[in-house]
Amino acid sequence: MRFDKTEISLAAIAIACVLFGFVSPGWLIFLLTIAFAKALVVQGVVMQMRSGLVSFGQGLFYCIGGYTVGMGGQFFGIHDAIAALALGMLVAIAVAMLLGLLLTRYRDIFFAMLSLAFSMILFGILVKSPELGSTDGFNVHNWTVFGWAPEGGEGSQLTVFTLTVLAGLVIAVLIHRYTKAGIGVICEAVRENEVRVEYLGLSPRWLLYGNYVCAAAVSSLGGGLTALATGHVDPEMAYWTTSGEFIFIALLGGLGHVAAPFIAAVVFSVVRTYAIELVPHTWQMILGFTLLGVIVFLPKGLWSLVSRKKSGERA
Amino acid sequence: MTSLLAVLIDGSIYASWLFLVAAGLTVIYGVMRILNMAHGSFYAIGAYSAASLVGWYFNNGIGPAWISYLLLIGAALVAGLIVGVILERGLLRLMYGRDEILMVIITYALLLILEDTMKIVWGVNPYFAYQPYSELGRTSFGLLKVSNYDLSLVGVSAVIGLVLWGLLERTNTGKVLRAVIHDREIAVAMGVNVRLMFTITFVIGTILGALAGALTAPAISVVPGIGIEVIVLAFAVVVIGGLGSIGGAAVGALLVGLSRAAAVHYAPEFELFVIYGVMSLVLAFRPEGLFGRTLARKI
Repeated sequence: MRFDKTEISLAAIAIACVLFGFVSPGWLIFLLTIAFAKALVVQGVVMQMRSGLVSFGQGLFYCIGGYTVGMGGQFFGIHDAIAALALGMLVAIAVAMLLGLLLTRYRDIFFAMLSLAFSMILFGILVKSPELGSTDGFNVHNWTVFGWAPEGGEGSQLTVFTLTVLAGLVIAVLIHRYTKAGIGVICEAVRENEVRVEYLGLSPRWLLYGNYVCAAAVSSLGGGLTALATGHVDPEMAYWTTSGEFIFIALLGGLGHVAAPFIAAVVFSVVRTYAIELVPHTWQMILGFTLLGVIVFLPKGLWSLVSRKKSGERA
Repeated sequence: MTSLLAVLIDGSIYASWLFLVAAGLTVIYGVMRILNMAHGSFYAIGAYSAASLVGWYFNNGIGPAWISYLLLIGAALVAGLIVGVILERGLLRLMYGRDEILMVIITYALLLILEDTMKIVWGVNPYFAYQPYSELGRTSFGLLKVSNYDLSLVGVSAVIGLVLWGLLERTNTGKVLRAVIHDREIAVAMGVNVRLMFTITFVIGTILGALAGALTAPAISVVPGIGIEVIVLAFAVVVIGGLGSIGGAAVGALLVGLSRAAAVHYAPEFELFVIYGVMSLVLAFRPEGLFGRTLARKI
C-alpha cells in the first residue's frame, strides 16, 4: 500500500498528538478529545455536503453512537470500549440503511428537515424513557480496552484521547482516499448537476445512499468516543441544536480537505470555551457573528486560508 | 364522547396556535425562498415585548382590562416592524441570491445572535402577562371547561389566514407578488420594485411571528428558549403543507394539531414525536408536501 503526502502528514500529526497527550494538562486533553470526536461527526456532515445534501439531523447518529456505548455497558455487559464503539457503528449503519431508503428521495431543504425530524423523534423517545434516565441521561463507566482497565481519571482520559486520535487518523485516511477516488469525485458532480450524472449511467440516489450510511457510521463513532470521554450521555445529543453545531463546524472548516473538520472543531471548541467563560450570556451571539463572518468572508471555510496560500505560491 | 370532543377542541386550539406561528414562516418562504430559522426568535421577541408591556400596564393599574388586548397586538406590530426592517435592510439584503440551504444557515446564525440579544434586553427571569388570559373566563362544553382566550385564538388565526390568503390571491399587490415568485427577472423588467416587495414581505413575516408570540404570551411564562422550542414545530407544519402555501400551512397545522391532541388523550407517550411522525408520513407519500408543486428536473 502506498501512502501519499497527505496521509503521511496526517499520520505524523496523529503521532505528535498522542505524544503531546502525555505531557499536556488534563483540561486540554479533554477539550481536544471532545473536539476530535465531534470532528468525526462533522466528517459525516461534510461527506454529505460534498454531494449537496445538508443534514440537519446528524445528531441522530451521534446520539446512537453515544447511547449504544452507554447502554452496552449498562445493560448488556459489553465493557470493552472497542466492541461498544463497533456495536454503535453497526446500529447506526442499520438505522441509516433503513432511513436512507426514504431520505435519499429528498434534496435541499426537504432533506434537511426530514433528517432533522428523525433526530427529533429519537430525542422524543429518549426523553420519554425513564429507564434511560429521561432528560438527564445516564453515566457511562467501567469500560476497558481489550480487558485492560485504565487506572484513575487521568489514565482513562489519556486512553480515550489516544483512541480518538487513532480513530480520527483511520477515518481521515479512508475519507481522503474516498474523495480522491473516482466515486468520491462524482459526489461533487452530483451536487453540481444530478441529471447529468444520471446521463453518465450512474445512479446518484445510490451514491447518496452509500454516503449517508458511511456518514452515519463515522458520526456514531464520534458519538461513542464522546460518551467515553465525558462519561455521560443525554438526549440533548439528538436535539437539533446539536446538529446545528455540527453544520456550524463543517462550514467553519470548509469542504476543501479532510483535515479541515478537525481544525475547525478545535477552533470551535476553543472559541466556545473562552466565550462561555468570558461572556456567559452572549457566547451564542459570538458564535452567530462568527458564522456570518465565515459565510461572508470565507465562503470556503478556514481551509481556504491554507489552500489560497498554496495556489498563490504556484502562480 | 367527552374525550373525542376534548381531542377536537384541544386539537383545533393547538392547530390555530401552530398556524399563527407558521404563517409568517410560510409567507417569507413563499415569496423570498428563505426558510427562516430566526422565525422562532421573532416569536420570542413578540412574546417578550407583549409580556413586558402588559405586565407594566397591569402593575400600574392604569385603565380598563380590554386595553391590554390592544397593547398585546400593538407591541407585536411595533416589535415586528422594527426587527423586520433592521434585519432585512441591514443583513438579508446583502445575502439574496445565495443557495436556499445557505440562507437557512445564515438565519441560523441570526437565531443565535437574537437569542442572546433578548437575554441582554430582557434578562433571564420569566415574564408573566396572565391577566388577559384569565380576564376572559371559561366556557363549559359538557364536562370540559375551555378557556375563552384559547377559543378566541382559533378565531384570530382563522381571520389572519383569510386575510393573508385574500392578500395573496385576490389583490393586485398579491398578483404582483406572485409574479415576483414566479420569475424575478421578468418582474424586475416589468417595473416591479422587487427590493421593496422583499422588504414588505419580510416585515409582514416578522410581524406575524411577533404577533404569534404576543398572543401566546398570556398563556405561558415567557422565558429564554421559547423561540427555539417553537421553530422546529413551525418548520414541520410548513413542510407538511408544502413550503410557501398558506392553505398548506393551515391544513398542516390542523393535521398536526389534531394528531397531537389525539396522542395526548389516548397515548401520551407519543406526544413529543407525533409531529415528526406525521411529517415523515406525509413526506413519504408526497415528497414535496401536501400543497407543494413538483419542480421539473432541469439540466
